[in-house]
Amino acid sequence: MKEKIFQMINTEAFPTPFCPGCGHGILMGAVLRAIAELEYDMKQMLFVSGIGCAAWIPSPHFKADTLHTLHGRAIVYATGAKLYNPKLKVVVISGDGDLSAIGGNHLIHAARRDMDMTVICANNAIYGMTGGQVASTTPLGSMTTTTPKGNQEPPFDLCKLVEGAGATYVARQSVAAPIPLTRILKKAISHRGFAFVEALSPCPTHFGRRNAFRTAYDMIQSLKNSCISTEKIRGMSPEELLGKIIVGQLVDKGTEGGRS
Amino acid sequence: MPIQRKKIKSSLAPGWYFMQGDEACAEGAIAAGCRFYAGYPITPASEVMIRMVHRLADIDGVFIQMEDEIGSISSVIGASWAGAKAMTATSGPGISLMAEAVGYAVITETPCVIVDVQRAGPSTGQATRPAQGDIMQVKWGPHGDNEIVALAPWSVQEMYDLTIKAFNYAERFRLPAFILADEAVGHLRETLVVKEEVEVWDRYKAPGLPPFGTEERNGVPPMPSFGEGANLLVTGSTHDSWGFRKTADSAVQARLTERLVLKVRDFKDEVIETESYFLDDAEVGVLAYGFTARAALQAVKRLRNQGMKAGLLRLISIWPFADEAIIKLGKKCRVIFVPEMNRGQVAGELKKYTTTPVISIPKTNGEVIEPGEIVEGIRRNMA
Amino acid sequence: MPDKAKKKEKVKKAVNIHLNQKWCKGCYICLEVCPKKVFEKSLEVSEKGFNPVVAVHPELCTHCLQCEMLCPDLAINVEKEG
Repeated sequence: MKEKIFQMINTEAFPTPFCPGCGHGILMGAVLRAIAELEYDMKQMLFVSGIGCAAWIPSPHFKADTLHTLHGRAIVYATGAKLYNPKLKVVVISGDGDLSAIGGNHLIHAARRDMDMTVICANNAIYGMTGGQVASTTPLGSMTTTTPKGNQEPPFDLCKLVEGAGATYVARQSVAAPIPLTRILKKAISHRGFAFVEALSPCPTHFGRRNAFRTAYDMIQSLKNSCISTEKIRGMSPEELLGKIIVGQLVDKGTEGGRS
Repeated sequence: MPIQRKKIKSSLAPGWYFMQGDEACAEGAIAAGCRFYAGYPITPASEVMIRMVHRLADIDGVFIQMEDEIGSISSVIGASWAGAKAMTATSGPGISLMAEAVGYAVITETPCVIVDVQRAGPSTGQATRPAQGDIMQVKWGPHGDNEIVALAPWSVQEMYDLTIKAFNYAERFRLPAFILADEAVGHLRETLVVKEEVEVWDRYKAPGLPPFGTEERNGVPPMPSFGEGANLLVTGSTHDSWGFRKTADSAVQARLTERLVLKVRDFKDEVIETESYFLDDAEVGVLAYGFTARAALQAVKRLRNQGMKAGLLRLISIWPFADEAIIKLGKKCRVIFVPEMNRGQVAGELKKYTTTPVISIPKTNGEVIEPGEIVEGIRRNMA
Repeated sequence: MPDKAKKKEKVKKAVNIHLNQKWCKGCYICLEVCPKKVFEKSLEVSEKGFNPVVAVHPELCTHCLQCEMLCPDLAINVEKEG
């Protein structure tokens, strides 16, 4: 199975351009493992991405059809390709700013339509590629280059947003838990209908350094400590949940639907 | 060029139809093989979309009304890469929104057709009124250098015929091709003659050859589709002939930007189309296009009756621009008048190619130009 | 006596830890996350400008695969021999 991973990538494009310790690299591995475990043929896949570091996960690293589009627009390019050739297994991989800020409108409409595609949102809570500006997902109080006194805007709860729009599979996990993450990715990729995975993925270079994380590992540790699964939160009070991030499958409406 | 040209049966039964321009445009698209339409409502182009929704349902095509114009053009491009002949129709404000995606279609060399049924602007302007204000925008809307094809129909018949040509040019050159219609020709009802057969061109396919570069400096590469096992690397970043991102390679950037332009400029005679009326011995030239050319033709006839040696050069293609035809016109005539429903966009372009005086006759009150206004404008300037 | 002997015979399968130095970027996640402290920073600085990671104690590896899965660069491959 491991050899399979290396057959699924364009090795000449490695080492990747990601920073040392970038969570997106971990996510890349988890996605490849999920597809390999599902025994999906890369020939039937179509990976679509926008602009940003996360958008470089599939392009040019995946040995499959990849469509690297414009900022915020991956989902609508994907929609056209999927509608015309429903046999394609479409997976969108892009960042939090790309998908929920500039691309927010396309995100909620694809969810509303229950478009048959998987959207993997690599959420590093910042605009990394352009040097660390605040994003629609940046936590309150965080330091970024455009919030030098600390972010004053509350962030999206991406999963609630997408659930409210009509998505039929919604899950959140972090790259610090690669085994549950791969499990969720498998469910999302094989889901028929609109599947959304928020993959918490640390940016040590821009978020980490400005917010008192000394190393990439510190951010992995922090994710491990603050993520708590949907099973474990039963019976916990709001005070106990303060600062915690709920992970796991949040919406799973079976595999009946999906527009394509 | 190794594209496939073939004759197929018309999608409509051959004969005479009385149809609206927008509807004829949709019929032209269907005839050309368009099987994917994504659009967003906008006056005065919505009728194109309404016709497409019904026609595509009949023939198992794909239709979707998207959440905005950006979604429309983006899904058209995505569908094109999935193998479709794909189209969207909009007006000026929609073209403004689509600019970034048009640039993406240019650099990725994606065949697609965009219909601009122009209306009075700028901005929201007068939604139900005609104009010709988007001439420059369809070419220069996106940042960077863009060689595109744009055709300007002057009749319902041309809304049908030129839309078919737009699809063919899009496939031939791998680029976005525009129909520069306007509210007048879009909402006009006129005769459409449908023939037995239609000539359609299909994109060049050559599995195994690079899809984003050619040996020649001005070539058009073959185009695989998703799902064919080509492991396509489609990207809007600067890329090499296999699609690998090369954002720090000067030689690749030079070669790509040159080829994207030369692949059209070196073969522009395949696209450039003009029509001449009374030009053989003309001394006073009139240059017009689109709906305005109808009035210009009337005006030239009237002037001839009044003894003036006037002649009309009608542009059918706007981009690539008919530079040689303008040079010839300038050598023949001692003055060229350009009536247009904008403040002189094509008139300004003419001045690049001729030192013969070019006099703009602009009209931007949201109404079409009448023959009498052109005659009056010419007389006033000749006095 | 026989039980203890049996226990000694339960030799752990040897593990091969391949660390692709060409792809490694020296983020040290593997080093920190390994529960058995298999990895260490080498004392020399590589031509990339950091101290490369080396699997110094592969015999301690329990094949938990945390390093392999958490490596952002697909640079680690942990294989059981036999």
